[in-house]
Amino acid sequence: MSEHTVSSYDEELTAIAGCIAEMGGLAETTVTNAVSALVTQDLELARATIKQDGRLDELLGEIEVKLVEIIARRQPMGGDLREIMAAGRISNDLERVGDLAKNVAKRVIAIDSDLKSKKLAIGVEHITELALGQLKNVLDAYTKQDAEAARQVREADSEVDAIYTSLFRELLTYMMEDPRNITQCAHLLFCAKNIERIGDHATNIAENVYYMVTGERLPEDRPKVDETGVVNA
Amino acid sequence: MKEMPKIDKADEMSETKIAASKVQVYYGTTHAIKDVDINIQPRSVTAFIGPSGCGKSTFLRTINRMNDTIDICRVEGEILIDGEDIYDPKVDPVQLRAKVGMVFQKPNPFPKSIYDNVAYGPRIHGLAKNKSELDEIVASSLQKAGLWEEAKDRLDEPGTGMSGGQQQRLCIARAIAVNPEVILMDEPCSALDPIATAKVEELIDELRENFTIVIVTHSMQQAARVSQRTAFFHLGILVEEGPTQDIFTNPQDKRTQDYITGRFG
Repeated sequence: MSEHTVSSYDEELTAIAGCIAEMGGLAETTVTNAVSALVTQDLELARATIKQDGRLDELLGEIEVKLVEIIARRQPMGGDLREIMAAGRISNDLERVGDLAKNVAKRVIAIDSDLKSKKLAIGVEHITELALGQLKNVLDAYTKQDAEAARQVREADSEVDAIYTSLFRELLTYMMEDPRNITQCAHLLFCAKNIERIGDHATNIAENVYYMVTGERLPEDRPKVDETGVVNA
Repeated sequence: MKEMPKIDKADEMSETKIAASKVQVYYGTTHAIKDVDINIQPRSVTAFIGPSGCGKSTFLRTINRMNDTIDICRVEGEILIDGEDIYDPKVDPVQLRAKVGMVFQKPNPFPKSIYDNVAYGPRIHGLAKNKSELDEIVASSLQKAGLWEEAKDRLDEPGTGMSGGQQQRLCIARAIAVNPEVILMDEPCSALDPIATAKVEELIDELRENFTIVIVTHSMQQAARVSQRTAFFHLGILVEEGPTQDIFTNPQDKRTQDYITGRFG
């Protein structure tokens, strides 16, 4: 898109996009570190991850100030208006991603013992890989203003949901096998749920990117595969 | 603010008060308006926006034949109000302008009393049989223009002694007094401060219950606030016309997008 007559307006919009990119990168590392702390039971890394989340909160605050300022001073319209609205919502989602990762990191400290099963660790790593892939793809779609890529991210969320459902079943089995596993498995279940929620935030971001680029909302009928609500324990 | 019927239902959308088709305007050899087609809905506010010189005011002035007063100006094409061709030789432009009132950029009250400003039109059009009927018209016009409370105790004072915002509302009262169906407004707030502007905008919103309003404005925020539909003009062409919320959130034409986001103009 061509430049605004008032060039400082362009600079302000660019600064907001820059903040979103920084938040995105930070959110990704926070998730990676939290899960790697979980899998390796690295308490040091877990504590560092909890601290890292604070920076995301700060960035969210900075973006909010910038957005309010730009609305008050420029009265954005059309594509600019959609960009501003999207930035507000996306930054909120990214901040939530940070919170979810922090929660995983806190559970590492709570568990404070080696994981009972290598297989479980692999399961959590796998869902994390998928969720992080979603996050990365949607952030790329945001930077490139690519509506089609955003739409694909939303489609792919069902895979994250499916993995979560199977992890849920697996954890139930472990708990039934030996009640001494219950504490650890319950923590792991929450971790998996957090990661699955990160996938949902990637989906939210995808919907906002799609709207930002096209001005249209994606249709509502998205396939739902999370069946944990109907599993009989 | 009182409740107002919303004009956004599909069945009401199809109504047309003013239908313009293939309208061309020439100033001498300059082709100022090119092939403009637009349908304007009754009892709603339509905003014309666009950069200076885009033809939005010129087009507005074709709707009550104000361009007739300019010698070198020539209008082609067809403009129908309620299905009647306003450029038909049988149409009396003076009668037309009673039906299609106009409010200008600078408040231009006559150098007369507040009362006489509003009474002028009804008098020349013979709308009142006697003094009490005329009093009635003046009072109700000032009320509709939201000026009654401020003006009722000073009806004999000159209209030019009022504040700018009051003068503009006086001009609106004067336009309403001859019971028009359409009110054209050419940047009615550009000489007013923000509070006076807000009062006029509030008034426009109330008037659309009874009148068809077309407003030319340089302020996109104003167009976004007061209108139900917006038309964007550029270089004499009507580029895009549609529901106001669509024009300002998701314009279809790149030129509209560039203009409303401040990328040229």
